[in-house]
Amino acid sequence: MTSNNKLFGILVPIISVLLGLIVGALIMLSSGNNPLEGYVALWNGAFGDAYTLGETIRRTTPLILTGLAVAFAFKTGLFNIGAEGQVIVGWITAVWVGLVIDAPMIIHLPLAILAGAIAGGLWGFLPGLLKAKLGVHEVIVTIMMNYIALYSTNEIIRSVLTDQQTTTDTIAETASLASPWLQSLTFYSRVHYGVFIALLAAVIMWFLVERTTYGYELKAVGFNRHASNYAGMNVGKNIILSMVIAGAFAGLAGAMEGLGTYGNMSVMSGFTNLGFDGIAVALLGGNNALGIVLAAILFGALKEGAGEMPTAAGVPTELVDIIIALIIFFVASSYIIRWAILRFKKEEK
Amino acid sequence: MLNIRKEFPGIVANDNITLQLKKGEIHALLGENGAGKSTLMNVLFGLYQPEQGEIRVKGKKVNITNPNIANDLGIGMVHQHFMLVEPFTVTQNIVLGKEPKNKFGMIDIQKARKEIKELSDRYGLKVDPDAKISDISVGMQQRVEILKTLYRGAEVLIFDEPTAVLTPQEISELLDIMRSLVKEGKSIILITHKLKEIMEVCDRCTVIRKGKGIGTVNVSETNVNELASLMVGREVHFKTEKKEARPGKTVLKIDDLYVKDKRKVDIVKGLDLEVRAGEIVGIAGVDGNGQSELIEAITGLTKVSSGSIKLNDKEIANLSPRKITENGVGHIPQDRHKFGLVLDYSIGENIVLQTYYKKPYSKAKVLNYKEIFRKAQSIIDEYDVRTPSVYTKARALSGGNQQKAIIGREIDRSPDLLIAAQPTRGLDVGAIEFIHNKLVEERDKGRAVLLVSFELDEIMDVSDRIAVMFDGKIVAIVKPEDTNEQELGLLMAGSQVKAGEQSQ
Repeated sequence: MTSNNKLFGILVPIISVLLGLIVGALIMLSSGNNPLEGYVALWNGAFGDAYTLGETIRRTTPLILTGLAVAFAFKTGLFNIGAEGQVIVGWITAVWVGLVIDAPMIIHLPLAILAGAIAGGLWGFLPGLLKAKLGVHEVIVTIMMNYIALYSTNEIIRSVLTDQQTTTDTIAETASLASPWLQSLTFYSRVHYGVFIALLAAVIMWFLVERTTYGYELKAVGFNRHASNYAGMNVGKNIILSMVIAGAFAGLAGAMEGLGTYGNMSVMSGFTNLGFDGIAVALLGGNNALGIVLAAILFGALKEGAGEMPTAAGVPTELVDIIIALIIFFVASSYIIRWAILRFKKEEK
Repeated sequence: MLNIRKEFPGIVANDNITLQLKKGEIHALLGENGAGKSTLMNVLFGLYQPEQGEIRVKGKKVNITNPNIANDLGIGMVHQHFMLVEPFTVTQNIVLGKEPKNKFGMIDIQKARKEIKELSDRYGLKVDPDAKISDISVGMQQRVEILKTLYRGAEVLIFDEPTAVLTPQEISELLDIMRSLVKEGKSIILITHKLKEIMEVCDRCTVIRKGKGIGTVNVSETNVNELASLMVGREVHFKTEKKEARPGKTVLKIDDLYVKDKRKVDIVKGLDLEVRAGEIVGIAGVDGNGQSELIEAITGLTKVSSGSIKLNDKEIANLSPRKITENGVGHIPQDRHKFGLVLDYSIGENIVLQTYYKKPYSKAKVLNYKEIFRKAQSIIDEYDVRTPSVYTKARALSGGNQQKAIIGREIDRSPDLLIAAQPTRGLDVGAIEFIHNKLVEERDKGRAVLLVSFELDEIMDVSDRIAVMFDGKIVAIVKPEDTNEQELGLLMAGSQVKAGEQSQ
């Protein structure tokens, strides 16, 4: 029974990805493109040379973190739609610290990263508090917090960090995650040390959830609030804690962008989508740390590789968005896949 | 002659079970939980298709592929969980899905009302066709369900554990109704694991055990003990063996306790109660008289508005559940799925639900799964929890085994006060016997046991003292040997009369 479930847990995402690619191929065919060429271009765009590989890793880094942010809250039965806002506040806070503080790297860089995580955690704290104390649904609050984050950040960039400019100055060298070593390995892509932080975060998430009493409580609250209360756990505290940790992961993702990829922050006309993609990553990764890393790599590769498709195969980049949407669709309708697998098995017998 | 015959060997859920119902008889279908009673009835009702075997109605082979066909054949089911629309009237509920139409295609509710009234009078159901479902008692709602099947022309009525939700008085009324139904030529299949009811009202009894048909016996030629051993497959003792209680010091002392329910209305109203070490105090009462809130207040799950709860002379009112647990209270909750277990956790993880943060199960916040599962294994062995392994999810276990795991967990902490709220609800005689023995064993070890149950048999059998709860207060404390079900039933209904006229 259990091993069966585990098998499904692995099979469903894999089949979903394959189905997504197959349907994507059909769409390419129907629009008069050669799917094989399209996918070769996609592959080359993502892994073709050292530069694209570096860029793929760069794209993957924040996706791992936002995936963790969504999955972590989900373990406690909470749906964190607010990863987007948490990314934004993490980003601006990290950049802010990177700009205004003057300190040696050994202090400055960790401080900036930590500031991003704390800001994200704070952005998660508020919905958690409202949920725990007043029962306000976290989906609504986190969505609203996204907008608050977006517009106040834009205003901070315009009026506080700059004088009516649209982009902040570049952060101090001492706060930068940029890695000349990694860059030289990848023909000067924007890959940075953040990837190690993201992987470390995945390990931390796994350890926290699977091996500590915190994780035991968080999951128990997620599974059954009443039994957790009966067993003497503080349900409200766990809800808040879960949202704070989730927010911190997303805040880190923002810090990666601010301190690693861009080194600054610009006024945004819309969301970064990192947080929303995190929902997809968490879903595809089965809310499990390793799964999330793999899913983030897939999404990072798809998104990076898409850039190569119009030039090499004449396929518009939007096709990748369609494929991603299809994959999510198939994962979400995993019930159908499960049913199909069971059906298949039955007939084999 | 109505003659339903059904055989279907093959699949495990129901293995070669034959059940023959004669016209005008009450036929009991007896079996432990998970024995396959419901499966069998679902086959008869057209919800499942049998792999083998056949169903015959009046000697003719029929193929029941959905519940509508069953209805047309005159088979009706009174479900354990009522399927009624609360804001609708009795009449509206009964005609639902089979509304009589007048010539304009409108629902002819007056005609339906008249028919229902007639049916109700004929079988002595005393149902008011205009009452709203939300306004009438559970017993009445059940009669509406019966009427629903009769209105649809049922000749064979299947009752699925009908007495589980009723008070003793309502049960005896229901049994009368069943008798009058068969007098009018209806036939009844009664699914139950309550042996007393079978003895009282049934003509014949078919026993199934683990999906296999054990046989059919004439009730007049058998007795409770034989039925029980047929059902369980071994000797069963109904009377829990116990020595005289030797109560010691007071462990739990409740004074003038007030507790509000979810609607912020007082539901426990000035309750006093004492439980001493080495005794079992049973709380008898009809559901909804404040028993659940009392227990939630003692265990810290609900706030106490006023009054005091003392455990070993220490005030525990309004402490957190964890503090109360640490002070020595074990709690077997009424709803084991909602409170007792995290169903998606393994049985091992559930065993340490209150102790996971202590050594040796965790050190510096890091869990030690080896110790956790070792502990779980020892409890599983000691309390005979049947599970494939300690890693199996709690959800996958049967109700009885889930309950045994909870009881093992609670008793293992050796609490001074053990609260058992309906510990045997929905369990079969084998598991009930086991649980009762464990409670008595704890008592003999000098623990105080507080038992809440809606089953009078259980209260009478296990308790050393019975506290009758009515309207948020303890209205009487009696010894089981000095009372009887009749008197308790009256006390539970709020009557102060010792042995007076039947209420209602």
